Amino acid sequence: MSAPETTDLLRDRFEPGHGEPLIFELGQPGRANTYFPNGRALEEFLPATALRAELPLPDNSELEVIRHFTRLSQRNFSIDTGFYPLGSCTMKYNPRVNDAMANLPGFRDLHPFAPDELAQGALGVMYDLERYLAAIFGMAAFSLNPAAGAHAELAALLIAKAYFNRIGEGARRTTVIVPDTAHGTNPASAAMVGYNVVSLQSDARGRVGVEDIKRVLGADTAVCMMTNPNTLGLFEDQILEIAAAVHAAGGLMYYDGANANALMGNARPGDMGFDLMHLNTHKTFSIPHGGGGAGHGPVGVAAHLVEFLPTPVVRKDGDVLSLDFDRPDSIGPMRSFWSNFAHAVRALTYVLANGGDGLTKVSQLAVLNANYLRVRVREFLETPYDEICRHEFVASAQALKRETGVRALDVAKALLDHGFHAPTMYFPLLVPECLMIEPTETESKETLDAFVAALRSIVETARRDPQAVLAAPVTTIVGRVDETRAARDPNLRWRPPPKPSS
Amino acid sequence: MADGYESLTRVYAPHTESDIREMLDAVGVESLEDLLRVPDAIALAAPLAVPPGLPELELQRTMAAYAARNEALGYVSFLGAGAYRHYVPPVVPAIAMRGEFLTAYTPYQAEVSQGYLQAIYEWQSYVCLLTGLDLANASVYDGATALAEGAIMAVNATGRRAILVSAAVHPNYRGVLRTYARGLDLDVEELPLGGDGRTDFASLEARLADKRFAALVVQNPNFFGAVDVPGDDVRRIVEASGTVTIGVVAEAMSLGALVPPAGWGAHIAVGEGQSFGVAMAYGGPYVGFIAANKEHMRRIPGRLVGRSVDVAGKPAYTLTLQAREQHIRREKATSNICTNQAHCALCATIYLAAVGASGLRRCATLNVERIHALSEKVVAVPGFSRRFEGPVFNEAAIRVPAAASAAQVLAKLRERKILGGVDLGRWYPQLTDCILMSATELTTDAEIEALASALRAIVEELDLVRA
Repeated sequence: MSAPETTDLLRDRFEPGHGEPLIFELGQPGRANTYFPNGRALEEFLPATALRAELPLPDNSELEVIRHFTRLSQRNFSIDTGFYPLGSCTMKYNPRVNDAMANLPGFRDLHPFAPDELAQGALGVMYDLERYLAAIFGMAAFSLNPAAGAHAELAALLIAKAYFNRIGEGARRTTVIVPDTAHGTNPASAAMVGYNVVSLQSDARGRVGVEDIKRVLGADTAVCMMTNPNTLGLFEDQILEIAAAVHAAGGLMYYDGANANALMGNARPGDMGFDLMHLNTHKTFSIPHGGGGAGHGPVGVAAHLVEFLPTPVVRKDGDVLSLDFDRPDSIGPMRSFWSNFAHAVRALTYVLANGGDGLTKVSQLAVLNANYLRVRVREFLETPYDEICRHEFVASAQALKRETGVRALDVAKALLDHGFHAPTMYFPLLVPECLMIEPTETESKETLDAFVAALRSIVETARRDPQAVLAAPVTTIVGRVDETRAARDPNLRWRPPPKPSS
Repeated sequence: MADGYESLTRVYAPHTESDIREMLDAVGVESLEDLLRVPDAIALAAPLAVPPGLPELELQRTMAAYAARNEALGYVSFLGAGAYRHYVPPVVPAIAMRGEFLTAYTPYQAEVSQGYLQAIYEWQSYVCLLTGLDLANASVYDGATALAEGAIMAVNATGRRAILVSAAVHPNYRGVLRTYARGLDLDVEELPLGGDGRTDFASLEARLADKRFAALVVQNPNFFGAVDVPGDDVRRIVEASGTVTIGVVAEAMSLGALVPPAGWGAHIAVGEGQSFGVAMAYGGPYVGFIAANKEHMRRIPGRLVGRSVDVAGKPAYTLTLQAREQHIRREKATSNICTNQAHCALCATIYLAAVGASGLRRCATLNVERIHALSEKVVAVPGFSRRFEGPVFNEAAIRVPAAASAAQVLAKLRERKILGGVDLGRWYPQLTDCILMSATELTTDAEIEALASALRAIVEELDLVRA
């Protein structure tokens, strides 16, 4: 009875454009791989009440496992296979030497409870990376403890809260100011420390206005969260005045480092008046995104906030490094162990490969690529804030939608048919039908030109035959996915088929 | 040196001088510097204090020199306590390091991300099958943050603002729970450790009476490696008080042998999946998981992958229930989590697919067998004993002779190139004479013998046990 089903499964696999079965549908009991020697019976050591009755996982041959996951890998877009102009995501090349270094046995196989004196190399990686980041961004100190950007935002706001409690203002400073050009995690992080969020509208220049921010500042202001350049790709040129106003009100300035790729060797958040910041080293420092993680989110602070950094802190006494857990004013630990250390190795490898001059050049070329795309794209799409941008810029499909019914979403889906990943869409929220484009420095002029040609042809097709764009994508393994159905009737897991009744 | 490439700068950027010129012209500026003007007051005063870039060959030497200073790699290790040395079949990195997986972004564009989405759906399914619960998310940062997020789920489910956590839960997990709790102004209280090294539930009924606690947190196997689950009487008390039971699994390998969290009454299971093919890497990145009964579906944080259909009716996977997430809900989101640990979850999924039920059970069994072999040899050394009786999974609290401290014995073992375990006095003032020793399937008889004979030599050297 099961034979025809199995045949169908595999026929399905070998027909182009058809599905890959689930790993649970492929296995057969008795098809195990021999990785481990046979041991004694569990019952010799543990009472039967402590043991699980069944373990309903499939047994597969190793070749079947390899085929399955190799095929899954091929059903994916990646930097290695194509251009990824995702705004604010900084999808640059992930140098393979970084991974090779992270996989050196001396790093890969080191236990987190290895005694400090036997882990001096790992502590050295952390210490040196922290110092380089402090130099590049003008902060007094960094901690590599948080696991990702949003996690570091949470750490930073906990630091702010601890600071205000220390100076006796914790009870009244309950408000976080977040401009509409900020990343979506900012307000969510604020909510996780019990702060109220005040949203601030950008001015006509797409920037935070000094007078606008003064209107929302008050005795309740805890933190102003900003990113510079902002998510429109624009440099906040009044940042010193903004910082002065926030500081005059007794608040702290927080720098969201998601857009730091446009800044290295050009300007430093510390010099702009920021007291706290985070970095997404999986963006700026070329750590692979891995399909959405693991990330890596160092948190940086100015001198007056160092004592609040999460535990442990890497300290240096003479030539000896150690993990310092004895930090009475610390916000405490943010995660199980000390850092996403393998990513710290990758980030340090990247810093040392480029050097100070190289990092400066990275920012310059990232900005050059973004501006080149901007002037080419504005030939056929609106670019609402049309001035020299930094790492990214926004285009809008609003006029196109009015003329043809083709939305930003449709343009993005059509790009998939041309072999390009879609830009970030509908963000920032203040630009209607927004396409947010960040090319990064690692793309060649030829690639940028090919992208422009694809985008142009989509816009032209939309004017001629909008249905053709609305139907996209048509060359991908699946078409547009029914997300409403996915959310209304969620199927979040495979379940074993019901056992046949005897 | 005049090889014609003096200006090569290692920025992984492909621009030639003429590309740069042409692009600057197109933009209408003179120089790269013109693109990055900032107000004078914040212009960089000096070049970045970072040494000049290194060619790859020298870069490798520099990084290898850091790695070489991690001398712990040359030691026999019995370290566990939340990070475990396990066998990783070569098939795991061989597949996981494919660039199509490694360099993909979060699968927002479902049409070109079906492979990763399906792999995450398979991971969610594995977590459900292993924990016995209804649903699981795509992953969170690690075991400790999974606990903190699970506690927030319980707070949101009950409207109560206190968490009751067993003192036998991993101390680092409790530490992170307290960090998060400070942010949200939640109370965290502890259930004491019993004399048998398990949670002492004696005070539970009284403490739950006023229905103040959102969650009871229990870890199995607990921090001392022991089977530690609430009995039927305790479960009745918990259910009657409407408290959510959170089961912590700090050693996922145990799920190959022990009763799953759903089997001992957990409504939410949180844990660490590092043991499934993820490197120890000095603490990260790892892969936290959260599984729950379906009543918690809209409270579970992080990404969720769902199976749906495409426009042509073909099965297709997509990120779903995003209404919970921060980019839609902003300050009303259930969590600020944006990334997940997709690549670590992928490693774990490949690991589980490769070892299968038979391999996982066999490996888990070996862990149990190895720790009992270690325990037997170590307690045969004069003065050493098990601090707590009872079955353990792959670690055990070992008491050193009364005349010594754990720290002293561990230091003496280090002189013999052995990392004997973790000093429990670090977290438990009453256990400064105890070492948490771990053994896994990788622990050999020879290593155990080396440990036992080193301990014997230390006993003699320090004259710890009078005959």
